[in-house]
Amino acid sequence: MGIIRTENLSHSYGAAFKQSAIDCVNIDIEKGGFVGVIGHTGSGKSTLVQHFNGLLKPGSGKVFINGEDMWAKPKEIRKYRFQVGLVFQYPEYQLFEETVYKDIAFGPKNMGLSKEEIESRVYAAAKIVGIGEKHMKASPFELSGGQKRRVAIAGVLAMDPEVLILDEPTAGLDPRGRDMILDEIAKYHEEKKNTVLLVSHSMEDVAKYCKKVLVMNKAQAFMYGDVKEVFKKAPELLKMGLSVPQITSICMELKKRGYDISPDTYTVDSAKEQLLRLLGACKSGDTIC
Amino acid sequence: MLKDITIGQYLPGASVAHRMDPRVKLVLTIAYVALLFTARNAWALGISAAMLFFLYPLSRVPGRMILKSLKPVVPIILFTAILNMMFHDGLVLFQLWIIKITDKGVIMAVFMVVRIICLIAGTSLLTYTTSPISLTNGMEQLFAPLNKIGVPVHEISMMMTIALRFIPTLIEETDKIMSAQKARGADLESGGLIQRIHALTPILIPLFVSAFTRAIELALAMECRCYNGGKGRTHLHRLRLSMPDLYGAVFAILFAACVICANIVFPGLL
Repeated sequence: MGIIRTENLSHSYGAAFKQSAIDCVNIDIEKGGFVGVIGHTGSGKSTLVQHFNGLLKPGSGKVFINGEDMWAKPKEIRKYRFQVGLVFQYPEYQLFEETVYKDIAFGPKNMGLSKEEIESRVYAAAKIVGIGEKHMKASPFELSGGQKRRVAIAGVLAMDPEVLILDEPTAGLDPRGRDMILDEIAKYHEEKKNTVLLVSHSMEDVAKYCKKVLVMNKAQAFMYGDVKEVFKKAPELLKMGLSVPQITSICMELKKRGYDISPDTYTVDSAKEQLLRLLGACKSGDTIC
Repeated sequence: MLKDITIGQYLPGASVAHRMDPRVKLVLTIAYVALLFTARNAWALGISAAMLFFLYPLSRVPGRMILKSLKPVVPIILFTAILNMMFHDGLVLFQLWIIKITDKGVIMAVFMVVRIICLIAGTSLLTYTTSPISLTNGMEQLFAPLNKIGVPVHEISMMMTIALRFIPTLIEETDKIMSAQKARGADLESGGLIQRIHALTPILIPLFVSAFTRAIELALAMECRCYNGGKGRTHLHRLRLSMPDLYGAVFAILFAACVICANIVFPGLL
């Protein structure tokens, strides 16, 4: 039994719209995984992840966290918000406190922790996202866009959730800021062994960081499996308007043209190795490589 | 949730009422309100109410929309009805301690209720058949003469247009911020009044910040397109009077005449 499990989970917005945002989703996410959630805009990714921390109530079906039915006692739903931390898209819009420290402390404070505990958590969370102590007394509104985003992420990390869900944490950031944030999250995952869900539009990021992938399509969970397995189904992904990592398309095309290269290569490193091997085979001894 | 709030209750359509000039509709609505308050007896009020039964189907607005617009004012209606019942002299129908209900009081209460219902239903018809944009446009042109005494009519109407435009955006934004703070364990649903007000800070501050950011961005975008106020500015769609306006005006004059006649012919209340 995984840490998050759904049973025929369905949800539709408003009675007027017959179309479901998510329709009969059954998934089981194991503890300690790093899962990418991909899907076309409007495929139900954001709706799905908002069920995992109880922000949305299932229209029908159930959500289990650690085997407990989340909505068995609706009054205690806040408990799950601390267990499953959700970082929204553009989280910097949620900053409101006078200082960075206070803002990161908002979550832990809501948990009712002691002052010392809050302090240690705030500093630990800030360290993970690379916010130095000199910023702690600054107003969050004085920071740069990327820094604001880190502070907002730290605000969720400080709750020390068992599951961390990030809804497109890198949207609108420059490539360097993007890599830095994702690297920090990967490191956090590595150290804490916590479950991380990364909702993303970038197949490259998913291929680089995630171990498993959940593909959402037209309100349904189309597929859930290892990165390799999922990207093997490139034709189907392309058909639903998704893509595969660029390096995978290149390898697939090379394979089609008769080169001996694995078509389910999805990282640049693995492609590099194979290409070097190929080049080495045809021009042995050449120092071009 | 918050998305269910509808402000700017325009119902798109192509009826005669929809095609009328917003200026004419505005003037006629004001005239209707004035007439409602001159209607002194049951006949005059009856005609005013009957007109709504004619106008709603004509403008293809479903009748249940009247109920919808009346819902928020039910307490006011009840309050005025009760007050009216108690504070008129006349034949006492019922007495309890110092509370006296007279026949005249009951009649006045019914009149007041009918009047308020007509008032709300009549003015709602204006907003049901006129988009907010064309309404502000109409107001701008209607009040244009005030420019001469230094009232910035164009600026006011532009502000109204922008405000209306951003209501849905800000509601969506509020929804998002609320979710984000709830995800951090903010408790918005329990606690006493003070606690609840306190719990709004994490929502209001980000909302204000983003509203200001938006305002600055919008102002910049407008300046980039050389917006400099109403001076020398013309409209893409100029308001023109057309046949529906003529029908409307003629109908309104006939209707007003009926009400005034009813007021004169029947001197009593009933």
